[in-house]
Amino acid sequence: MPAATETIDTVQSLTQSGYKWGFETDIEMDIAPKGLTADTVRMISAKKEEPEWLLEWRLAAFAAWEAMTEPNWAKVGYPKIDYQDIHYYAAPKRPAPKSLDEVDPELLAMYEKLGIPLKERAALAGVEGAGMEGVIGSGNPDIAIDAVFDSVSVATTFRDTLAKSGVIFCPISEAVREHPELVRKHLGSVVPVSDNYFAALNSAVFTDGSFVYIPKGVRCPMELSTYFRINAKNTGQFERTLIIADDGAQVSYLEGCTAPMRDENQLHAAVVELVAFDDAQIKYSTVQNWYPGDANGRGGIYNFVTKRAACRGARSKVSWTQVETGSAITWKYPSCVLQGEGSVGEFYSVAVTNNRQQADTGTKMIHIGKNTRSTIVSKGISAGRSDNTYRGLVRILPKASGARNHTQCDSLLIGDQCGAHTVPYIESRNPTAKVEHEATTSKIADDQLFYCRSRGLSEEDAVGLIVNGFCKEVLKELPMEFAVEAQKLLAVSLEGSVG
Amino acid sequence: MLSVNNLQARIDDKEILRGISLDVPAGQVHAIMGPNGSGKSTLGYVLAGHEGYEVTGGSVSFGGADLLAMEPEERAAAGLFLAFQAPLELPGVNNANFLRTALNAVRRARGEAELDAVGFLRLARAESKRLHMPDDMLKRNVNVGFSGGEKKRNEVLQMAILRPKLAVLDETDSGLDIDALRIVADGVNALRSPEFSALVITHHQRLLDHLVPDRVHVLSQGRIVRSGGPELARELEANGYAGVVADAA
Repeated sequence: MPAATETIDTVQSLTQSGYKWGFETDIEMDIAPKGLTADTVRMISAKKEEPEWLLEWRLAAFAAWEAMTEPNWAKVGYPKIDYQDIHYYAAPKRPAPKSLDEVDPELLAMYEKLGIPLKERAALAGVEGAGMEGVIGSGNPDIAIDAVFDSVSVATTFRDTLAKSGVIFCPISEAVREHPELVRKHLGSVVPVSDNYFAALNSAVFTDGSFVYIPKGVRCPMELSTYFRINAKNTGQFERTLIIADDGAQVSYLEGCTAPMRDENQLHAAVVELVAFDDAQIKYSTVQNWYPGDANGRGGIYNFVTKRAACRGARSKVSWTQVETGSAITWKYPSCVLQGEGSVGEFYSVAVTNNRQQADTGTKMIHIGKNTRSTIVSKGISAGRSDNTYRGLVRILPKASGARNHTQCDSLLIGDQCGAHTVPYIESRNPTAKVEHEATTSKIADDQLFYCRSRGLSEEDAVGLIVNGFCKEVLKELPMEFAVEAQKLLAVSLEGSVG
Repeated sequence: MLSVNNLQARIDDKEILRGISLDVPAGQVHAIMGPNGSGKSTLGYVLAGHEGYEVTGGSVSFGGADLLAMEPEERAAAGLFLAFQAPLELPGVNNANFLRTALNAVRRARGEAELDAVGFLRLARAESKRLHMPDDMLKRNVNVGFSGGEKKRNEVLQMAILRPKLAVLDETDSGLDIDALRIVADGVNALRSPEFSALVITHHQRLLDHLVPDRVHVLSQGRIVRSGGPELARELEANGYAGVVADAA
């Protein structure tokens, strides 16, 4: 189906129902009282039956957070967040399911509404004992999902297949129990508890997230995927993701998000840590379409995320690809610390803002090792009265001889009330380094739209085509399934931006 | 097919069309000629629905429907096609994808089944071969990096694929060498049928040697000052616009 047809379908379904993913699932919740103290941290840790070392780690993070102030350097504005007016723990009341049969059917129905290809739905519907192999063949091939419903991972799929190759893919709370040595060694090793205000907050109160370990020399046999969804009212969601690729390992990880419609702004402060050893490769792709709020930005998600990768090993490679269309506020800088000699960092980003959305996003590439290379391609699209800022840092340290960076930042404006800003920081302390920065700003011209319309395309289709063309370099980095979803999202999030 | 009655239009505060009346019956090709600034291109834009022009009077009927009440994309769906004098570039938009999206939008609006990728490519390859266009033009981005001649041929390709009932060709011959001119003329001639009409806007008689019109209209200062058969084009070529326009004035 061509993108334009899908655009029409999607736009129609949207105009009929408002935010398509704005439904609420009625599942009994176990909620902590509002507010954040050391006792809240202890309560979360106790609820999750965590070992002592992790409680200490959380308390250290909480102490660091209490001593910090909220950063204000980003080009975003929002009413002051009352951190004492938020629930820090919400979990479905039932105990964690032992098998998929125990998964709440309502939850599975919700995933169905969201279009999540949770293969187990087919398995559950089919004959008991039907092998996963048979299920993989139907529909979407080879994607394993760790679905995060508010704060507790409910179902992790394909674990048997993955286990055969030695891959660990499970909720991080389970990894704390089952693989404590791996978690203890790497948790906070890329993003320390006191790294920044939001990372400290996350470290103190994170409730769940995904854990991935790919052993030496293993190429993960399928794409790993996590769907995030914020559900309970006034619950901050504090996901924690840790991915470790040992020597020569390879993995592609997909993260996608939708959130139901809300009246009050919701806080989201996730931390993602990636560790790549010698010759390891991690590809991390995100499609983020959280509720952006209404036309005035009311009710949208506040998204303050710390994502960082450590390319520890020689010739290791980490590639971040993100398509950010949602949230009222996006504050996000997926970064690479290029320690290993010849290691490679990549950042491909599309950020779309419409109406009153604000996005301040970009990356940091820290070149430490010799002959390290990084590529940054950022595409910002602003429409309505939104503000879209690229903020990036390329830092070349003295020992990084032969380091290379190429940065390309393109902005596309739709209408005349939006803003696009590019704030690149470049620091080179090695004379052999080569750093390049290119930036362009363009506008969708009325004549381009007229040209398309004179060929029979609606204005929405025309904008969709031009925007998808503008983002092509980034979209082609996405895995196939995501690329299709991303195209739809681009069109939907720009709905009503012209005319 | 097309019936223009006392059409008046302006851009900003400048009157450009000052009362144009014109009938193009189905199956006929009419040529619009005239000096620079006479309003030829404006006529094309107004017929296609460019929002930069304000229609201040008159009416246009297209296949019995009120053309001026339609959005540009509705006009395309109804069977109107404007070949642009300066086709727009669409960076990043693949030509084949653009054409297929356009064709399917038009087919949907006409209640016809959409073409899948395979069916479309078969059609597009056949048409581009007929127009002597290299296959890779379908793969390139719309008009980006095209030579002037390639852009014009791309317009004719779009026309051949969209199969309009009325094509308005706005100086499609300008910037073409004689071979390209013949290819473009052949492209239009191939569409000629009792159901197809064309309004060919041109500066020169050259195109009309290959694309013989049923009628020729001379436009000056926003009005049609003379109409005649194909011989009028040759008279203009011999005597220039000055004589004809002065006669009328």
